Amino acid sequence: MLTKEQIAKRIAQEVENGQYINLGIGIPTLVANYIPAHLEVVLQSENGLLGVGPFPKETEVDPDLINAGKQTITMLPDSAIFDSAQSFAMIRGGHVHLTILGAMEVSEKGDIANWKIPGKMVKGMGGAMDLVASAKNIIVAMQHCSKDGQSKLLPTCSLPLTGIRCVKKIVTDLAVLEIAPNGGFILKERAPQVSVAEIKSKTAGKLIVLGEVPEMQFN
Amino acid sequence: MIDKTVKSAEDAVADIQDGVTLMMGGFGLSGIPENCIAALLKKQIRNLTIVSNNAGVDDFGIGLFLKQGMVKKMISSYVGENEEFERQLLQGELEVELIPQGTLAERIRAGGAGIPAFFTPAGVGTEVAEGKEIREFNGKLYLLEHALHADFALVKAWKGDTAGNLIFKGTARNFNPMMAAAGKITIAEVEELVPVGSLDPNLIHTPGIYIQRIFQGDRYEKRIEQRTVSV
Repeated sequence: MLTKEQIAKRIAQEVENGQYINLGIGIPTLVANYIPAHLEVVLQSENGLLGVGPFPKETEVDPDLINAGKQTITMLPDSAIFDSAQSFAMIRGGHVHLTILGAMEVSEKGDIANWKIPGKMVKGMGGAMDLVASAKNIIVAMQHCSKDGQSKLLPTCSLPLTGIRCVKKIVTDLAVLEIAPNGGFILKERAPQVSVAEIKSKTAGKLIVLGEVPEMQFN
Repeated sequence: MIDKTVKSAEDAVADIQDGVTLMMGGFGLSGIPENCIAALLKKQIRNLTIVSNNAGVDDFGIGLFLKQGMVKKMISSYVGENEEFERQLLQGELEVELIPQGTLAERIRAGGAGIPAFFTPAGVGTEVAEGKEIREFNGKLYLLEHALHADFALVKAWKGDTAGNLIFKGTARNFNPMMAAAGKITIAEVEELVPVGSLDPNLIHTPGIYIQRIFQGDRYEKRIEQRTVSV
């Protein structure tokens, strides 16, 4: 089973040179730590910044510079600032190549639920619905099962949806999976020491196994 | 030259009454109109409808309005950092309309730009789409969303001149420029108010045409929600 850091590390292998990327809160934020140094990418924060830099030193903290998680950050030499309408124009317009976000549930058709649990306090969807409706490539980072052991990869989502038929790839603590064009989770890779049988038993939706499934490789 | 200066925050908000719709700039606590908030707290008005991406925290920003029972309805994308908000919502004292953040930004932009409605893909297939017109363009489904307007927009900029031209700083810009255009009366508070001619016209983010009143705020706390530092 992978740690959260290892999930982030595996997702970082999906990043390509020259991409503009939006990282959600949680495990997705950790992906920034593992993007190979030889790749030039630009991180977008939907509150109005391209070129998100590292957290500031104590002496550099600026309340006028935060990310979408309201954390203090810094800018980089290629950074650009813009307003919220412009920010979502570049998201809806398909200019952001890759969106990485967390989820509570993903269906075998690529539907995602990540914003609301009936009966619990609803905080809001923030920018998630805009992001999943428009990004060219959407990768979900999440645990394969919930804390009480229920599979989060389902035939259909039971929670209120954030978007439909949008997820392309899922990286969990057990596996890397792709959504098949006609539905189903194609098992692409296994976490080290995790068997296909275990993944199958913990995937409630249709799991598609094509031949030998390799273990994930970490450098 | 037109001078839009008012003396104080109190003067700027003097005619804001019970029951109005207010747009308030800011993302989290960054770029919020702190001095207008303080002046409105003293007025004890009620039944406000507030359009703001977030709802502040318990003891700062819009959270202070909630504590005084001034708010009837919030129109926001994310309201998660506020216990009093949760209490009022669960007690049925407060209405909330949650809108995808990009849709919220564009509805405000449309309001100021004379666009009555537009189609967006955000929310298709979700409960956000309930009751809305859905139309297919080039094989993809979109929702019809309508423009938002406000009786007053309260925005905060870094620098402004007496004609209302504004320059923002960092990510404190966020929703402020669109709200400036969408308010029937827009009040701008700035950290530094300068005479006309002091700002480079090439660098103005929000032209003064959208601003009816401007003043320099007495002080800015600029509270930070998540102070994260590297060593």
